[in-house]
Amino acid sequence: MQLTLEFGGGLELLCDSVKVHSVDVDLPAEEKKLTMKHLLAWVRNNLIKERPEMFMKGDTVRPGVLVLVNDCDWELSGQLDTTLENKDVVVFISTLHGG
Amino acid sequence: MESNGGADESSRLLHELQSLKDSKRDIEARISVIEAQLQQIQSNQHSNNESPAVSSNGVSEFGHDLTPDMIYRYSRQLLLPSFGVQGQSNLLKSSILVIGAGGLGSPALLYLAACGVGKLGMVDHDVVELNNLHRQIIHGEAYIGKSKVESAAAACRSINSTTEIVEHKEALRTSNAIEIVSKYDIVIDATDNAPSRYLISDCCVLLGKPLVSGAALGLEGQLAVYNYNGGPCYRCLFPTPPPTTACQRCSDSGVLGVVPGVIGCLQALEAIKLASLVGEPLSGRMLLFDALSAKVRIVKIRGRSLQCEACGENGLTQQQFQQFDYEKFTQSPLAVAPLKLKLLTSDSRISSKEYDELIKKGSPHVLIDVRPSHHYKITSLPKSINIPLASLESRIPEVSSELKSVQESNGTLNGSDAGLYVVCRRGNDSQRAVQLLHKLGFTYAKDIVGGLESWAREVDPKFPTY
Repeated sequence: MQLTLEFGGGLELLCDSVKVHSVDVDLPAEEKKLTMKHLLAWVRNNLIKERPEMFMKGDTVRPGVLVLVNDCDWELSGQLDTTLENKDVVVFISTLHGG
Repeated sequence: MESNGGADESSRLLHELQSLKDSKRDIEARISVIEAQLQQIQSNQHSNNESPAVSSNGVSEFGHDLTPDMIYRYSRQLLLPSFGVQGQSNLLKSSILVIGAGGLGSPALLYLAACGVGKLGMVDHDVVELNNLHRQIIHGEAYIGKSKVESAAAACRSINSTTEIVEHKEALRTSNAIEIVSKYDIVIDATDNAPSRYLISDCCVLLGKPLVSGAALGLEGQLAVYNYNGGPCYRCLFPTPPPTTACQRCSDSGVLGVVPGVIGCLQALEAIKLASLVGEPLSGRMLLFDALSAKVRIVKIRGRSLQCEACGENGLTQQQFQQFDYEKFTQSPLAVAPLKLKLLTSDSRISSKEYDELIKKGSPHVLIDVRPSHHYKITSLPKSINIPLASLESRIPEVSSELKSVQESNGTLNGSDAGLYVVCRRGNDSQRAVQLLHKLGFTYAKDIVGGLESWAREVDPKFPTY
């Protein structure tokens, strides 16, 4: 499945400072759909190069990270259960505090 | 003798220059106060003598209470069909509080003072520093070392002497927040740390004030309006604070001046929309700004949460708010102070003065600078070798070969004489590096206490700090 993944707010530092990744994610074996839960595990294994604890806590993202599926907060689409479609854009952004 | 005389002369001139600058600033402050008083008297006379059309309730025959001066000053806004007299009148009756007179607060305050807000308050406890000026554009060189609030207030008064400017020269805390915030209609969060953001949001929920929240770091910015018309608050979105390691600061990670400028301008814009009752506020949405790729993205965020500890069904009470420990909650201080680690015992550390002695004695050693390479390019100590902390473990062979070559060139072939020292910016990463070096067998490695900042303070005042 073709997806565009974007990292911002400093999270890109965890994946070689690359902000936009065009990726091809295979459906997990014996599954008919790809959920955010699968995608998070895939991102952690394939894109995160250092300090995975700065990206995830347990099986979800760490506090202070917003997840947006097609420019919409994943809270509105079922969080980890959100089903992804081909060509979806998923944004992971760390909240900023500076000023 | 002659060079000594030159030094005396330059110190005398510097002294005179400083005292002239001080007098100039005092005079300018006095001028803006007098201008404001004069303006007040003139506008009173206007409404008493020259505007017989104004009735006793302050509304003219035109159905608004704008004086001729106001009409002229704000004419370009009055000409906007969607803003007009009604928008301006609403704005003139509104009061806005800007918390933080830094990178975000600077443009926000300038625009809010200019546009004709009725009352403009500002909160900050900090003083102006030279390394603020690239982004905190409300402050000038003459105010270095002086209160940011005083500086910002003088700038706002010089733009618009008819706006009431209120100075709060203190940090916002649970003890004073309710009293200060309750005096205003709208709040702008222009602070730079996590505990302040939670404190301000909770206080706005408690008092029912809309909050325009902005943040900027590096080359990115974020903006949202919270607690507006049934929309979410900051805690609905971020119920759990992030780990402290995820809270980067401008003083560590850097920030391009114009980035908070852009976000601060947008904060002023959202506040003006709220105050004038014009347009659609950025509530339930968030604006994400990426300067490097020139991208602005507006995303839909979750609504108000019934479980929210601040605005939910069992929300925060005034008493709970005043007793809430925001520093403990976010595990970071309200006032931004650099971290001071103490990981090593004193026999594994030397002071910058001791290191200076060591150089003067010509004692053979290797100095490793563990800062990131873009820091090293700003400034570094002579003969130091840059191996950033993150790559130290994989680059240990370089450390060994440097030690070997120093020992060989000093003819001490037994291999235990050359010292191994580590330096960084403030003396935290150098301790982490020495711990690692100890673990890898370099048990004699030591770090320089307080890093390059201490070197600049204690040994070489001309050494650049950043």
